[in-house]
Amino acid sequence: MDERSNWDWEPGARTVADLNQWKEQYVWVEEPYVRPDGEAVAAIVNVDEGEFTVCVNGSPWEENTYEKIWHLRYLADGRLFAIISEMGEWTVSLDGAPWETKFGYVWNPIFTEDGRSVAVSFQQDMQYGMALNGHCWESTYPTMTNAALSPDGRHTAAAVQVASIGEADIQTFQQGCFTVAIDGSPWEQTFVNVWNMAFSPDGSRLAAEVRLNLYEYTIAVDGVAWNSVYNTVWEPVFHPTDGSVLAPVRLGGKWWLYCDGKPFWDPSFVQLWHPTFSSDGRRLAAVVAPKFGRWTVALDGKPWSATFRDMVTDLVFSPDGSRLAALGKEGPAWKVAVDGRVWDNAFDMAWQPVFSPDGRRVAAKVERSGKYTIAVDDRLWGRQCDAVWHPVFSPDGKRMLIRAVENGEFVRHVISVADIAG
Amino acid sequence: MAEPAEEKEKKGLDIGLEKGVSKLTPEKIEQTINDVLDKECGPRFKTYVETCIHCGLCSEACHYYLSHDNDPRFSPVGKVKQTIWEMLRKKGKVNGEFIKRAAEITHTECNLCKRCAMYCPFGIDIAYLMTVVRRIIHKLGCTPQYIQDTAHSHSVHYNQMWVKGDEWPDTLQWQEEEAQAEIPTLRIPLEKEGAEIMYSVIAPEPKFQAQLIYQAAVIMDQAGVDWTMPATVGWDNSDMAMFTGDSELMGRLKRAHFETAARLKVKRIVMGECGHAFRSVYDMGNRWLGWQMPPIPIVHAIEFYAEILRAGKIKVAKKFSRPVTLHDPCNVVRGGGLHEDARYVTRQLCETLVEMHPNREHNYCCCAGGGVINCGPPYKMKRIEGNRVKAEQLFAAKARGAEVLITPCHNCHSGLHDIVHHYGVGLEIKFFGDILYEVMEKPEG
Ligand code: SF4
Ligand code: SF4
Repeated sequence: MDERSNWDWEPGARTVADLNQWKEQYVWVEEPYVRPDGEAVAAIVNVDEGEFTVCVNGSPWEENTYEKIWHLRYLADGRLFAIISEMGEWTVSLDGAPWETKFGYVWNPIFTEDGRSVAVSFQQDMQYGMALNGHCWESTYPTMTNAALSPDGRHTAAAVQVASIGEADIQTFQQGCFTVAIDGSPWEQTFVNVWNMAFSPDGSRLAAEVRLNLYEYTIAVDGVAWNSVYNTVWEPVFHPTDGSVLAPVRLGGKWWLYCDGKPFWDPSFVQLWHPTFSSDGRRLAAVVAPKFGRWTVALDGKPWSATFRDMVTDLVFSPDGSRLAALGKEGPAWKVAVDGRVWDNAFDMAWQPVFSPDGRRVAAKVERSGKYTIAVDDRLWGRQCDAVWHPVFSPDGKRMLIRAVENGEFVRHVISVADIAG
Repeated sequence: MAEPAEEKEKKGLDIGLEKGVSKLTPEKIEQTINDVLDKECGPRFKTYVETCIHCGLCSEACHYYLSHDNDPRFSPVGKVKQTIWEMLRKKGKVNGEFIKRAAEITHTECNLCKRCAMYCPFGIDIAYLMTVVRRIIHKLGCTPQYIQDTAHSHSVHYNQMWVKGDEWPDTLQWQEEEAQAEIPTLRIPLEKEGAEIMYSVIAPEPKFQAQLIYQAAVIMDQAGVDWTMPATVGWDNSDMAMFTGDSELMGRLKRAHFETAARLKVKRIVMGECGHAFRSVYDMGNRWLGWQMPPIPIVHAIEFYAEILRAGKIKVAKKFSRPVTLHDPCNVVRGGGLHEDARYVTRQLCETLVEMHPNREHNYCCCAGGGVINCGPPYKMKRIEGNRVKAEQLFAAKARGAEVLITPCHNCHSGLHDIVHHYGVGLEIKFFGDILYEVMEKPEG
């Protein structure tokens, strides 16, 4: 059952916390973050010189204070994550309970979509590894980049350095000193570079962008490079069900979409990135530049006719894969585009669109002149807020939870979607 | 063309060139040159090559030429003659020695400063032709060692100084703490989604010059700017791959930069006082990726300081009293038109500006830019000797009273430091940020 069905969907507005009071209570209050269900708001607060805690709905999350707290985020399962530091050691705290293991430094947290798994990169004695839900890699490396977490939350991976390179030793570097480590264990094959990687949905396989020498790039899957090489590549994706791997590749000055080392989409583009599957794997979209300086979305290889000058971002399919939305930027104006049709409303900023569970409605957090609100199907909510978060549809799609800060108060609104969309 | 023996002696060995050339075969050279010229060079290249009438009017533009007593080998057209024209004339059938010399010319005898393009009656952009040579040298694996190593750093860490993933946020937090001793409530907000501005810098700042981040944080804080810095890659706006001809790597770096800003939902990117990074984000890298202009507006520090001073967001407590002269960095002045903003900022911050001559878009390059300083110690003296005219220009400004030299670019800063030191010019070198931080109104510390 969707956990959301347990949330309070009673229409109305309820003040959850008064952030103005926090400002009086603490030396300073940092950016607030809100729980997915809107029942809690939290912020890192400064208690005294070099003393920090996290304030949740007006109370500290635990007794201890820390020398530093950063990267506060609510996870999808409602837990509150932060990186904390005390006596020069760093670790993760979840809902105010620190992991037992402490590190020289912790950064780059990655969460699964359900929020149940948390991975971080750590440094200990100038060696690097990853920690997953508090458990550390047994092997560590002198350099680690491009950390990844499997969608099922059970595996971590990163690009690691497995041979030593002297200062400015370009010869050794070009022999290939990097590989992928999964759960700390390296592949046998080494590469000049290893970059973005993707796990298969079940976490059993891994594909990565690799550079074989300074000029030949390809995709390596489970350590085995595709048998064709390219001028460069972008990050690979796994098909959600059939195990194939796709990636944008550059050949002859153009970008193509390839699958398992073979051409997949017919047309080439000036640019092609962010290939994104619908969850059933039947449809595939990507951000493309059909010509220099014009950007759009291509669905199954066919670009939308509407294009944007600057950027197309935040591609997202509806849950059943039948619809597709993205953001487009033209000069200072951000717009929402759904199935190729561009909304009339323009915004100073917009966030990734959110589909209703049945895919019929599209909502987005938007901003104009420093005020935030929610838009649904190109219509705006009447309230202008100091902050809002992503809108959340009720499981039946009829209501919407809007989490907002108004006059310094964090307010939980439940409205009928029809109130905005008509 | 042979090189005088004494010049050879002054240089150390460059394994990038030596070992790179030792691996070449005539077939590899021929094929690589023809591949780049036929497949990667479009009408622009053809037009430049066909239009040049060998008149030599571009010669007087080049600081190398002037500093070497008008030696034609150092004239812009001379550099093309010794490289591209030979390659075209011989249809790529040139030898390893030629390639080595071409690598030296393009990487250590041209700053890609584009001054010569203003002197050519046809506007031929010799710097572009030199980047074609660099692309060939890259494809042949003969790029000088130190700049190649920098490109390797970019490839691993997306920054130019091997700054590791943890070292970046750790440095920002350390600078935040330092600055809190001066302004207790100051923050360097990391990963603040929806901030108006992402502030980006080049890797030497966290590596060696963390005080510049400190100063920037104080300026942002006191100007009341809604800003953030990313804790991920994408923070570094520098780009030596652009200068090694590794366009694919350049694209990778710039994509990370702009997508980081997009992820943070900022409206603008303000960048520190760097020239080559401006060229990379404002011209080269963005365009290679398919963006006509930066997809998220880029504001160079000069423009940004001008903006906050004009808006009265920063007040000057007492102007800088020592007379200053101002170096116009090629990439932001010839390449970005920021010279009047630079003068506005100077006048707001300083009592006396002593102009150097020539100035604005006609200014002489620092001779460090275009990746030349990044080719490292083997070429240091060549770089300094190749810019005697800069020393003369600075001496003249000093004779008219200048005591301090403002250089709003990292490469210029380092290059001019070497020139000032070697020729004994005796000017103190500062960034705008140094002076702004010094003269601005701040809470009592
Ligand atoms: S250094 Fe500048 S003036 Fe000289 S050739 Fe190169 S681009 Fe032209
Ligand atoms: S580049 Fe222009 S100025 Fe220089 S020789 Fe050719 S035509 Fe003359």
